[in-house]
Amino acid sequence: MLQSVLLGFIFFLLAPVCGAIISGADRFLGARMQRRQGPTIVQPFYDLYKFFQKKAYIVNGLQDFLVIGHLMFVMLSGWIIYAGQDILLAVFSLTLAEMFLCLAAFSASAPYSNMSAQRELLQMTCTEPMLLLMAIGFYLHAGSFLVSDMVLGKMPAIVSCPGMFAGFLIILVIELRKSPFDVSSSHHAHQEMVKGITTDISGKLMGWVELAEWNEIFLMFTFVGLFFVCSNPWSILWAILAGAGAMFLMTLIDNTFPRVKWERMLTIVWSSTFIFAGGNLLVLMLLKG
Amino acid sequence: MKMSQSPWMLHYDGSSCNGCDIEVLASTTPVYDLERFGIINTGDPKHADIFLITGGINYQNRSVVQQLYSQMPDPKVVVAVGICACDGGIFKDCYNILGGVDKVIPVDVYVPGCAARPESIIDGVVRALDLLEIKRDRMRRGLSPEEQGWAIANINEGRTGKAVRKRDESVSGGNKA
Repeated sequence: MLQSVLLGFIFFLLAPVCGAIISGADRFLGARMQRRQGPTIVQPFYDLYKFFQKKAYIVNGLQDFLVIGHLMFVMLSGWIIYAGQDILLAVFSLTLAEMFLCLAAFSASAPYSNMSAQRELLQMTCTEPMLLLMAIGFYLHAGSFLVSDMVLGKMPAIVSCPGMFAGFLIILVIELRKSPFDVSSSHHAHQEMVKGITTDISGKLMGWVELAEWNEIFLMFTFVGLFFVCSNPWSILWAILAGAGAMFLMTLIDNTFPRVKWERMLTIVWSSTFIFAGGNLLVLMLLKG
Repeated sequence: MKMSQSPWMLHYDGSSCNGCDIEVLASTTPVYDLERFGIINTGDPKHADIFLITGGINYQNRSVVQQLYSQMPDPKVVVAVGICACDGGIFKDCYNILGGVDKVIPVDVYVPGCAARPESIIDGVVRALDLLEIKRDRMRRGLSPEEQGWAIANINEGRTGKAVRKRDESVSGGNKA
């Protein structure tokens, strides 16, 4: 038990560093794809430092609590995965974290903040079915919802769940808030949502949101890695390579596609979830049954 | 680690002919690439450190500029881009024009030109970064970030080492139009 608790703490060490590096690499790669020089790879650390140097305009007493709650539950979600516990619990905890961020945005009176929070809820409607089906896919593969059992399986999950993986890559675009599905937020100034869900969050609170985002990014790439990890130690290398490949793909998609309307997002994501994940699930259940 | 390594910029067009706005956007393109300094062109005043204004101030946009300025958390710097933002420019004597940006909010860096060239805009923004550091240091010492003349006097002791500039003189080396 103690061992698994300590293993969970690896997430707290890895997530902020790796999340920031991934985020910085994304900006660097994106700039290179546009034939620009771009910022350095450690730019997110400068951003975070800057946020904590600025004065914060906190619009109400609740916002502070909700933003910290968001960070805490993202971290809890990561801890559950790295401690080898129940993957369903991690998915639910992540949902709760997203709810906290939505509530923080709803608590402000700014119209953009409210609109973005509504769109964030729509995004959750798109991602949640896939995340749950992914957890079920892992269960059918490993015979258990415990992450510790999944990573000690003979074969990696990708062998029996390729459809799940394809479906997950599509919602990964939403989770990382990338174009074409960055409906609730916008990384660029020319979009209509100003700064999306964080419009009314400033100063150190924005720093906490940024930190939570790094944790979330790392958690998402951990899910990518989970598809590739098995009892063979070399599989960790494959997991890291798959994560890097997925990251490159996300940056490429972000720089290639224009943003879609929410109706289109819902149609694309739900149909892909139904076809890829649903089809995969059907095949797995037929084979197992 | 310095705060000025991550300056986020808010761009507002007062009442210009859009010439300077095009040049501001040009500085974010691959040719000039403002983002290599870590600068992000944000649309949210609550995340911005640099307030970049083009065009003069009229009776309609006076309150907008003041509100955007007041929504930006300290420390912050204001860069007036183009001659219209500096003192009203060609529109100075129009019935609806109040004048330059400094009629309504304190301006830290003046970038002259009609339209201001991307090189001078980038130069102005980079000068503004030094002021951002100075203001942050003042806040750390419990002082108000804004003090007339103080920041301008100090920047000349720093790495730029150019002539002393007063409030109504250009900072980016060019002459007023």
